Amino acid sequence: MPRALFSKTGNAVYLSHLDLMRLFQRAFQRAGLPLTHTQGFNPRPSVSIALPLSVGIESRCELLDFQLEGEPVPMDEIRDRLNRALVPGVAVQRVYEGGRKVRELRLLECAVTLEYDAGVPTEAAEQTAALFRRESLPVAKKSKAGPVEQDIIPLIRRVAVRRTSQRELTMTALVCCQEPSMNPMQLAAAVSRYLPQITPDFARCQRLALYDGDENEFY
Amino acid sequence: MTDLLGRILPTVQKPARYTGGEFNEIQKDPASVRVNVAFCFPDTYEIGMSNLGIRILYGVMNEMEGVWCQRVFAPWADMEEAMVRHGLPLWALESRRPVREFDMIAFSIGYEMSYSNILNMLRLAGVPLLARERKGLGGIVFAGGVCAFNPEPLAEFIDFFSLGEGEESTVEIVSLYDRAKAGGWEKERFLREAAKIPGVYVPSFYRHEYGADGTLSAIVPEDGVPAVVSKRIVEDLDKAFFPTKMLVPSTEIVHDRANLEVFRGCIRGCRFCQAGFSCRPVRKKSAEVLYRQAVETLEDSGINELTLSSLSTSDYRELEELTDKLLPYCGEKRINLSVPSLRADNFSRQLTARLQTQHKSSLTFAPEAGSQRLRDVINKNLTEEEILTTCAIAFAGGWNSVKLYFMLGLPTETEEDVLAIAELIEKVAAVWRANASNKKRGLRIHAAAAYFVPKPHTPFQWEKQLPMEEYLRRARLLKERLRNVRGVEFNYHSPELSRLEAVFARGDRRVGAVLRRAVEKEARLDGWDEFFSYQTWLEAFQECGVDPEYYTCRGFGEDEVLPWDAIDVGVDKAFLLRERKRAHQGLTTRDCRAGCSGCGADKLLREVKCDA
Repeated sequence: MPRALFSKTGNAVYLSHLDLMRLFQRAFQRAGLPLTHTQGFNPRPSVSIALPLSVGIESRCELLDFQLEGEPVPMDEIRDRLNRALVPGVAVQRVYEGGRKVRELRLLECAVTLEYDAGVPTEAAEQTAALFRRESLPVAKKSKAGPVEQDIIPLIRRVAVRRTSQRELTMTALVCCQEPSMNPMQLAAAVSRYLPQITPDFARCQRLALYDGDENEFY
Repeated sequence: MTDLLGRILPTVQKPARYTGGEFNEIQKDPASVRVNVAFCFPDTYEIGMSNLGIRILYGVMNEMEGVWCQRVFAPWADMEEAMVRHGLPLWALESRRPVREFDMIAFSIGYEMSYSNILNMLRLAGVPLLARERKGLGGIVFAGGVCAFNPEPLAEFIDFFSLGEGEESTVEIVSLYDRAKAGGWEKERFLREAAKIPGVYVPSFYRHEYGADGTLSAIVPEDGVPAVVSKRIVEDLDKAFFPTKMLVPSTEIVHDRANLEVFRGCIRGCRFCQAGFSCRPVRKKSAEVLYRQAVETLEDSGINELTLSSLSTSDYRELEELTDKLLPYCGEKRINLSVPSLRADNFSRQLTARLQTQHKSSLTFAPEAGSQRLRDVINKNLTEEEILTTCAIAFAGGWNSVKLYFMLGLPTETEEDVLAIAELIEKVAAVWRANASNKKRGLRIHAAAAYFVPKPHTPFQWEKQLPMEEYLRRARLLKERLRNVRGVEFNYHSPELSRLEAVFARGDRRVGAVLRRAVEKEARLDGWDEFFSYQTWLEAFQECGVDPEYYTCRGFGEDEVLPWDAIDVGVDKAFLLRERKRAHQGLTTRDCRAGCSGCGADKLLREVKCDA
């Protein structure tokens, strides 16, 4: 089954997972690339996205699996035709066969940027780095049964904190993203909860790259 | 750093409705644009984006060189709250530019209870609400849509109205503005010139005078403007602009599908129906053009659902030819074709069966009244036999559910007529027991009753609305009567919204103050149960000294000047009066195809004949 590596940036970050699925189904149709359909009472076009992305988060490393009907089309051509049929903010970088099994996906490299309108507080980088050296760090997590506490320390492989501008602090982290998983925005939530004096005015998040459990690139 | 909107978006519900950036959105180089139009729909993105008229006029204006039409929708309450808190003025999706910086601000109005949204959107944009307080040429506010056929409740707020179909007139209006802006005209001069465009009504050029009894006594046009403004129509729909490059929403909307209008106007003449009279004369589109536009739209958009729309699709002469072409195409491309608004005739039954191969549609009837007597009064050409025959065939074919829509409070309605609704529902249930091929899943009849609202430009435009208490009494009577009938779920609309709808449908200029007061008291999103506050409106009426009963239960005298008398939708007042008399005599009027009844709307045609 072919796989597409795509990015979701700009206005497109506000599209939900379902919106994105529908967008791709229509984009394939517009591109003249008919998808196969699932069997059953209500046949659906066969597209699936590896790790659903929360609304508001940017990504450079989304994966979409799909199956086309009819004559084979060269991978680069699929990419180009899709890109002409997509919307600003959603762009396919690469289409390829032989992608790895999704269940082997374990780690996500992400960047969480904390914005301080009055400038990054002094010592904020050091304090944040120290925070993630603690033994445990319980943070609220939404679950089907309501909010629960989740200790994120075991889910963080590495985190580096640096001041990226006068008013921005960026945490670059390698975190678990599948069984178990954490939402990278929990890194920002931990700062606001445990270091209230350096609560940012706004936090934004980006997915950068995917890896397996041995930190080999996941493609 | 993230800008203000970027910081607000993650905090509100469904943020994708505020960003634009959809497939086929129009972007232009601001330096090449001479006229910027903010095209506002006074409800949410999900409702507005489902509206075909919006899509057509968006395309029409953006086809014009030097003109950029951008969309604006009403924000949901959470977004509105954030905008107010952060001082973020209402913006247009395409450029994110504040609405108050636009040259023209246009509203499409199709529902009276969206009036509060118009005022609220102007307020959120930071644009003065009153037309007379907007002095310059910039930010001129105009409106069109079916509600513009009685524009008086909005007369204080809207600089001018564009009456009827906008494919051609909008181009003339925006072109005139282009000249006015280049020439540095004053607003007054622009309005004078605009009033010369057929179909343009400038309310400030018409003075309303009231008699001692408080009724409207005269509408006095100023020198040089027509006493009566006739709506515009497109004569040849095959040649009219149609947006085959449709805006494809990236997020969920109410009607997320391609929509083809097969004809305009209606041959039926149901006496309560505003669209049935105000959209006349009948003009068709050819099956050939429709098929071509369908294929172009579907291929360009990638959408997998197509609906054929009109007021009564069974009356489209080339329906068989069109569906014969569309069905194989849609089958091959896995596109759902839906054909609502079919009548209960043989061809429709066959067509429905053919559509079944793709999707099981619902079986819905709108008898509107329970007794044949009352259906004759309202000229609803649907007999009990047609309903029961169609139900019998459908139940035999495996259907087990049917929806039935009624109105309560129709002119001349008696308790007997009300109870006849229950009898009809029971007959449908009996037909199911006698014919159903699959009784295991049981029968479901969803019946609903609405509160009749008399509308302008219909034979019932003079009628009284039933008092709210009496409507409730009749609705409860019916509810009680149907309580123990198995498989039947009966609901009735709560009357408050319909009562206000009646006020604003037939309102004159004096209800404008009530609108303003209600919006000051934070009325908006009235079409949404979670925001509608009847109490707010009652207070606004009281504080403005306006009695809602004057517009609802009082009824209008046949020799009274009607607030919408300066507006001509094509149908003659004499014809409406004739139809009203026939209604009270219980006489039906045949449909236009069986014989012309002389409504007068054909006078709007120059090039083609009425296609009824």
